[in-house]
Amino acid sequence: MKLITAVIKPFKLDDVREALSEVGAQGITVTEVKGFGRQKGHTELYRGAEYVVDFLPKIKIEVGVTDDLVERVIEVISRAANTGKVGDGKIFIYDLENAIRIRTGESGPEAL
Amino acid sequence: MTRTMQAITRFGLLWLILLVPTLALAQLEPTLEPAETMVALVEEAAEAAEPTLDSGDTAWMLTATALVLFMTLPGLSLFYAGLVRAKNVLSVLMQCFAMAGLMSIIWAVYGYSLAFTDGGTFNQWIGSLDKLFLAGVTVDSLEGTIPETVFMTFQMTFAIITPALIVGAFAERMKFSAMLWFMALWLTLVYIPVAHWVWGGGWMEEMGALDFAGGTVVHINAGVAALVAALVLGKRKGYPTTAMPPHNLTLTVIGAAMLWVGWFGFNAGSELAANGTAGMAMAVTQLATATAVLTWMFAEWIDHGKPSVLGIATGAVAGLVSITPAAGSVGPMGAIAIGFLGALFAFLASTKIKKALGYDDSLDVWGVHGVAGIVGALLTGVFVAASLGGVGLEEGMTMGQQVWVQFVSVVATLVYGGVMSFILLKVVDLIVGLRVTEEQETQGLDLALHDERGYSL
Repeated sequence: MKLITAVIKPFKLDDVREALSEVGAQGITVTEVKGFGRQKGHTELYRGAEYVVDFLPKIKIEVGVTDDLVERVIEVISRAANTGKVGDGKIFIYDLENAIRIRTGESGPEAL
Repeated sequence: MTRTMQAITRFGLLWLILLVPTLALAQLEPTLEPAETMVALVEEAAEAAEPTLDSGDTAWMLTATALVLFMTLPGLSLFYAGLVRAKNVLSVLMQCFAMAGLMSIIWAVYGYSLAFTDGGTFNQWIGSLDKLFLAGVTVDSLEGTIPETVFMTFQMTFAIITPALIVGAFAERMKFSAMLWFMALWLTLVYIPVAHWVWGGGWMEEMGALDFAGGTVVHINAGVAALVAALVLGKRKGYPTTAMPPHNLTLTVIGAAMLWVGWFGFNAGSELAANGTAGMAMAVTQLATATAVLTWMFAEWIDHGKPSVLGIATGAVAGLVSITPAAGSVGPMGAIAIGFLGALFAFLASTKIKKALGYDDSLDVWGVHGVAGIVGALLTGVFVAASLGGVGLEEGMTMGQQVWVQFVSVVATLVYGGVMSFILLKVVDLIVGLRVTEEQETQGLDLALHDERGYSL
């Protein structure tokens, strides 16, 4: 099992969610986050006072998947979140030791 | 087909029914005229003998008074509330609200009397104490054609908004108690005398200074006090390196919109009657503001590459300020010129000059009210000329002389208001201290001074 974390542009969330459902991911967790990468921040101007905003709003998705799905999931996230412009985000993959469904106590791939 | 025809016929009939009485009335009108003229003449004669209450004027002034209070509560309060950081939103709302309370009482106790009665020997400088505690202001007393109660309350709303304007300069760092002390003293020793000079028969009025709705009394006065307060209190902690963006521009835009609407009471109400001058004051207010809005928008677009909402809203306020002294004197095209120049100078003052000089007039009271007020006051002397569409200069006055008179009144207000504000701030600093502690400032005034927070989300 792997835990796939992707940081994406907020307006791409719906596309990514749909694409993940199509490949059979059973559920995702979404968090509103802020950060910077190569895109850096932007400037805001209020009556001549200019502020550089370093951190941009992004969406972080976390999805636990079985090993056979990993490649497909990475592929669809990459496709759905892609705009071709700087700031599209990143995907991180971790080994997932275990997963437990709280209601039934099931664990392992069945719990995903 | 026939149904359509029927509809057309019916429609035509309806028009005819409406039209016939109108035509009949139009036919009758000439025969009515001589009688009407007689009535008008008789009325005029009676008026000259003894002023009588005009219910039309009174109805308008009741409305105008409510509109001017609406400018402070909630207009200006929201305008300012949105511009500060979230941790200080309540503190500015509180300050504006407190002004509405405190200034009303001061006005009733001695303010109205000192500003608007004849001071005898000292009338050049200040009024008398004849109407202390509103003595003699009764149900029957009149001021022109409106009840004196309405006139007194109308002027009271001006005495509320002027100190409330200053709040923007020292936002986010002044002690609430110090603010109350300073404002009470400022109204007493600055606003009331200057209002008397301009509107109560004092030296500026005698000199022939034109200030229809309060360019000097309200805006230059508040503007210079704001600048001095910003300098005496010093910058906010972290200014200008820490980002201090407005926390809710939606509130600010709503506030600016309310100011725009309320300002018709301020300017058109300053005629104290529902007549042609009030009508022109309303028209020029709208035109100057419209011009100012576009001026600021395009100035920012050219300068920065994008037009901003805060910019367009600030432009509206600058336009409203600049037409205030001119509203009863200039024509529509003069108003457009005044709105353009008022907004342009206010734009430069609050976006360029402030940054260059480095003072922290937090919400640009000087940059907008002071600067646009000065532009408006000076240009009133120009566009009052009949050749430029205004009501015409006083007999024996040249344009140069009028502008000079305007200039003198502007400088006098700047010097008197500036020096007095400085002294009063120093006095209050000695008594209670002006600033909150650094810790309180960091925490935010809402929690530090009021034990409340604006948002519990």
